[in-house]
Amino acid sequence: MRPILLQGHERSLTQIKFNREGDLLFSCSKDHVINVWFSHNGERLGTYDGHNGTVWTIDVDFITHPPLSCIPAVSHTIRSPNVITNPLDSGSAESRFLVSGSADNTMRLWSVQTGKCLYRWEFPTAVKRVAFSEDDQQVVCVTEQRDGTNQSKEPESFFNPTGSKAVVCAFATPNLILTGHESGKVALFDAKTGDEVLNNERAHMDVVTDLQLSPDRTYFITSSKDKTARLHDTKTLQVLKTYQTETPLNSAAIAPGKPYVLLGGGQDAMSVTTTSLRQGKFETRFWHKIFEEEVGRVKGHFGPVNTIAVSPKGDCYASGGEDGFVRVHHFDESYFRAKPYGDLEVEE
Amino acid sequence: MATDSVNGAVYDDDIDAEIDYSDIEAKYKVQYDEGLDNILVVDGIPVIDKSKLDKLLTRVAKDFGKKGAPVKPEDMFMPWDDAKGKSKGYMFVEFKNADDAAYAMAAMNGHPFDAKHTFYLNHFTDVEKFVNLDETWAEPEPEPYKPKEHLRAWLGDPQGRDQYVTYRGEEVEIHWHGKPSQCEVAHKRTGWTDLYVSWSPLGTYLATLHRQGVRLWGGSSWEAQQRFAHPLVKLIDFSPNENYMITWSHDPIVVPEGMPQGPQYFSAEDEGNNIAVWDIKTGNLLRTFPSVLPESEDGTKRQMQWPALKWSTDDQFVGRVTPGQQISVYELPSMRLHDKKSLKIEGVVDFEWCPLGDKDREEAEKAVAAGKKVKENMLAYWTPEVANQPARVTVINFPSRTILRQKNLFNVSECKLYWQNQGDFLCVKVDRHTKTKKSVFCNLEIFRVREKDFPIEVVELKDSVTDFSWEPKGERFAIISTSDPNLGNPAAGITLKTDVSFYQLVRGKGDFKLLRTLPNRTSNTIRWSPRGRHVVLATVGSSSKSELEFWDLDFNQDEVRREGPNQSKEEWGVGIQHLGTADHYAVTDAEWDPSGRYLATSASAWRHTLENGYAVWDFRGQELEKHILDRFKQFLWRPRPRTLLTKEQQRKIRRNLKEYSRQFEEEDAAEESNISAELIAQRQRLVDEWNAWRRRCKDELEEERKKRGKKVEPKPKEPEEEEKEEIEVWIDEVIEQTEEVVED
Repeated sequence: MRPILLQGHERSLTQIKFNREGDLLFSCSKDHVINVWFSHNGERLGTYDGHNGTVWTIDVDFITHPPLSCIPAVSHTIRSPNVITNPLDSGSAESRFLVSGSADNTMRLWSVQTGKCLYRWEFPTAVKRVAFSEDDQQVVCVTEQRDGTNQSKEPESFFNPTGSKAVVCAFATPNLILTGHESGKVALFDAKTGDEVLNNERAHMDVVTDLQLSPDRTYFITSSKDKTARLHDTKTLQVLKTYQTETPLNSAAIAPGKPYVLLGGGQDAMSVTTTSLRQGKFETRFWHKIFEEEVGRVKGHFGPVNTIAVSPKGDCYASGGEDGFVRVHHFDESYFRAKPYGDLEVEE
Repeated sequence: MATDSVNGAVYDDDIDAEIDYSDIEAKYKVQYDEGLDNILVVDGIPVIDKSKLDKLLTRVAKDFGKKGAPVKPEDMFMPWDDAKGKSKGYMFVEFKNADDAAYAMAAMNGHPFDAKHTFYLNHFTDVEKFVNLDETWAEPEPEPYKPKEHLRAWLGDPQGRDQYVTYRGEEVEIHWHGKPSQCEVAHKRTGWTDLYVSWSPLGTYLATLHRQGVRLWGGSSWEAQQRFAHPLVKLIDFSPNENYMITWSHDPIVVPEGMPQGPQYFSAEDEGNNIAVWDIKTGNLLRTFPSVLPESEDGTKRQMQWPALKWSTDDQFVGRVTPGQQISVYELPSMRLHDKKSLKIEGVVDFEWCPLGDKDREEAEKAVAAGKKVKENMLAYWTPEVANQPARVTVINFPSRTILRQKNLFNVSECKLYWQNQGDFLCVKVDRHTKTKKSVFCNLEIFRVREKDFPIEVVELKDSVTDFSWEPKGERFAIISTSDPNLGNPAAGITLKTDVSFYQLVRGKGDFKLLRTLPNRTSNTIRWSPRGRHVVLATVGSSSKSELEFWDLDFNQDEVRREGPNQSKEEWGVGIQHLGTADHYAVTDAEWDPSGRYLATSASAWRHTLENGYAVWDFRGQELEKHILDRFKQFLWRPRPRTLLTKEQQRKIRRNLKEYSRQFEEEDAAEESNISAELIAQRQRLVDEWNAWRRRCKDELEEERKKRGKKVEPKPKEPEEEEKEEIEVWIDEVIEQTEEVVED
């Protein structure tokens, strides 16, 4: 199907995210704006205005049947009274909260429905990555490192990961936080104590650029500037699969329902002007998750692909590029029917 | 005798006398310089009377002097047979020292003094040695026979695969090329060559170039076969039958003191030359030449022609042109000037030997067997317009040097000679200019060499032709012409617009007619398959275009054959069919494999550094393999020698082609299923591993959740099928109701 081109950002995309149902697509970019779109037709639903700098990261909650008493708590202890007083209609499957991190040194909580900023946390440095936990009880964020100075003491559970700077993170389980680091390290931290539980120093040879979990959070994919993407076991941090490409990678996603992973990247924005389009390799690449073989490519962006997200239902995916566009691709019927490797049953 | 004892030791004079010291004396005998090392014995001197002695001595002294070994007549001694009053036919020559004598011996041995006399030189001391030789013949120990590897072993490959060599970075690799499962590296060496690699024309040897010279390698384990010590060699050229080799170095030959001497090395007389001719089997140096750099009219030196020496197809002659003056033809293996004189042709620019066709070869073999005379070689040359003389193309026989055909041409700026590879046609591409010299156009003068008196036909074209190529073993040719104004001032990044045209001989009429023109291309290279019929048009060396077009010129050949040749006349040029288009970004070279089934294209790091590597295509333009390798430099198919099958055998194979193809198809099918079976098994294993791991993971997750006790999530439910209830409703809608009274 023809991709839907979302032209709502004036600068390069930083992260895109589907909600659980896959009907909404959230995107943020360096132009301070967070957009939300209907993924089926590309219509813009609204914006979340307020950030005063590049919005580096967003995440949307995952609520299915939230009990009434369930109040999102942030980083374990930051309770925001605003949230309590504004309980949304529970019991239905819908996204309620959006959390975003920006270069204006704030992390904000938004109401998905109204677009109101519900709460903001101040940090001494930019917020580079945010992520909800599986049960939406907690939020973890990574802030930019500033030599020596510690981050705000406000969140009780706060820790300074040792060693190389953390770049990306996510909750593995409610107690464990998964991080990817500038040195290529991947590590697990205890969310309460901040102790490093486990690490794999040699997961990548260069900066880890993205980290996305499988639906049940038992394995995850990372992409890196070292031109590879890797699939890891969450428990042991062992590398399960390696996808070797020719260009630095910015993002990697796992396609639900099909044994594919999606990789995006391309030459650094800096060196793009010195080479031709075909050398940049700004395509989204589909790799077979298990055989580590490339199965296809989707062209489109005329700059590096910065971020990729697959709808949790696995019926469409979106890519956001350095060129400022988001392209939403709905998979054709043939994508689901095709069995390029014959009748092999692959478990999710 | 006790008085003589010293310290209790007793000497006895008698003992001394009894011991035989002769062996020790012989061993430690002082070697007297016999002082005769500087004297040579010269055999083969004419037998003369006393009266002619002085004349002879001066003549001999002169000959010695010419070769750089000066002697004075007074240093020569001629023994006389006093009884007859004549000389004995040999003489002694004394040199200043032994070194001079050694040099003179190397230079003058075998020197032809006149038609009947040839000098043979020996050291005077050697003569004595030879006289004292043991006359009884002792059988020499036969050296144990060391079996050598077969140089054409690769042709015996059971799968009939071809080979190619790649040169990347420092690595030289020889690959087998066949079905996907049969492609493998046959041999690999790091730092095998310093400059590049090259196959000999029949594929027997692989030549590598080094600072010290050229080495040839061959056999299945790639052992060194031969070496040619030509320091700083840059270019090499084999003779067509791999008997000889020519090497060229930009630096003139120097022979420093202490260089090894022998027939395989340069000697003093070679100093200053650039080109050397070698015998491949013995490794001997045959002759050296200085390189001729033709000077154009404005005095600037033009690029040297390579090959500088041109071989006749039978390896018998090699010719060398001295621009503007002469063609010198040397006969092999002596490398002497044939008939002791060059072909003096005023103004000659270039020449080409006529290649021998398969038929010619057969006839020659028959002639040799019957003891008849073999047909002579032919060569064509051209001379430009000088003063009132028109430009002229001449075809002559060689060695008889009889002129077979001449053609005068006018307003010529440049000529190029193209022989068809069977020697059936000669095409002279004549670049002509109008009288005002403002515009340039092109004529093709085609000589039909197989017919009586060599009829000539002219194809006139309005544009300039940048490339011309005969179909191998065929009656067609392809040209690339352009009217692009950018021709002649090649700027970077400009790709010329070109037209590609095919011409074919009209049988019976004898002229060449245009088959088809493909307009508005960017192709600049024509590559005919070595078997003919298929042709690839490529745009090479351009940074913006890199198209490969695959064409078949006999697409409906089978139909034509069925319908008979009469039909085809009406549909002139209808058999040309476009098979496919491909693109190899930044391609610099395109080469067919010897069987004409595959085309290899490569992007060499010698030309640029964009996406270096190589690709192999089938004749339809389907990509078979592609490798992008940085620092990739060279790709060369290994040539194959001519087939050993007779015509009859070949015909038989063609007749039974269906039989063979069935066999091959079976093999292909087996291979395919083999691969897929292997691959499927491998994939199944991977999937099984994965699935096992996933199941374990899920179980653990379940347990953990239970342990945490927070909320025991029910198993992730499959998205519930919405319950559907099919309700069929019949709706009767009364649209209109009218009452009519039926009248009786």
